[in-house]
Amino acid sequence: MELVTERLADALLIRVMEQRIDAAVAIQFKDRMRELTDGAGPRVVLDLSRVGFLDSSGLGAVVAVMKHLGATSRLELAGLTPSVEKVFRLTRMDSVFTIHAAVPPSGALSQAV
Amino acid sequence: MQVASPGGGSVPPDLRLRFAADPCSVRAALLQVLAALGPGALNADDRGVLALVLAEVLNNIVEHAYAEATGMIELQISTAPGSLQCQVSDQGAPMPGGAPPQGKSAELAVPLEDLPEGGFGWFMIRSLAHDLRYRRDGASNLLSFCLTVTPLGQLA
Repeated sequence: MELVTERLADALLIRVMEQRIDAAVAIQFKDRMRELTDGAGPRVVLDLSRVGFLDSSGLGAVVAVMKHLGATSRLELAGLTPSVEKVFRLTRMDSVFTIHAAVPPSGALSQAV
Repeated sequence: MQVASPGGGSVPPDLRLRFAADPCSVRAALLQVLAALGPGALNADDRGVLALVLAEVLNNIVEHAYAEATGMIELQISTAPGSLQCQVSDQGAPMPGGAPPQGKSAELAVPLEDLPEGGFGWFMIRSLAHDLRYRRDGASNLLSFCLTVTPLGQLA
């Protein structure tokens, strides 16, 4: 499970470098995200633009990460591919998350988010 | 396993897979299905839906029917113009109550800490598949369902 972090001006950007967040890696994803977001600050943006497949286990893991961050940090999503977007829309989880169409480019300032 | 259809109207042969009931084998089987039903057979949206529904059905078998036990899963996909007929069998525990879960949509107007982390699977299966049938046959679970797809050679 390769996750790459980058500090933006007012957010921690985490790029998922995997093509799938599924039942085989959901627990690993959740654990790695918990480590990486420790002391993250008020905003965490998850770049999902390389993820072509997310199942209900993957969705559950993303929700679990948001719940783990609790009141201290807010999890936002960016760059959903069509299949991943469909899962969020179908389950209406798109109403729970802030979803950005564009992914902040490398080294971006907060205004670009 | 060759299912590429040379002519728009011809029906590709059935696809049959047998694999171990664990998350990695399920993932490998899904990738095998997608490789067999490539862009020449299904469009990207239909491939996405097929992968999602199969993942939910198969992972439920791993997690609930077999739970901690080992076992095998058999998957058969028959293709016809405009639809895919999927049949899945396993020798795990029967569905509780003798029927697949209703898969109600989750309650989301709740405090953050009460948001559901599971229970999306059957809701998505029932939203995307039709003609869902389940029966227990001796020691086997038999589940079948259909997916509507864009026919070959016809763009949506």
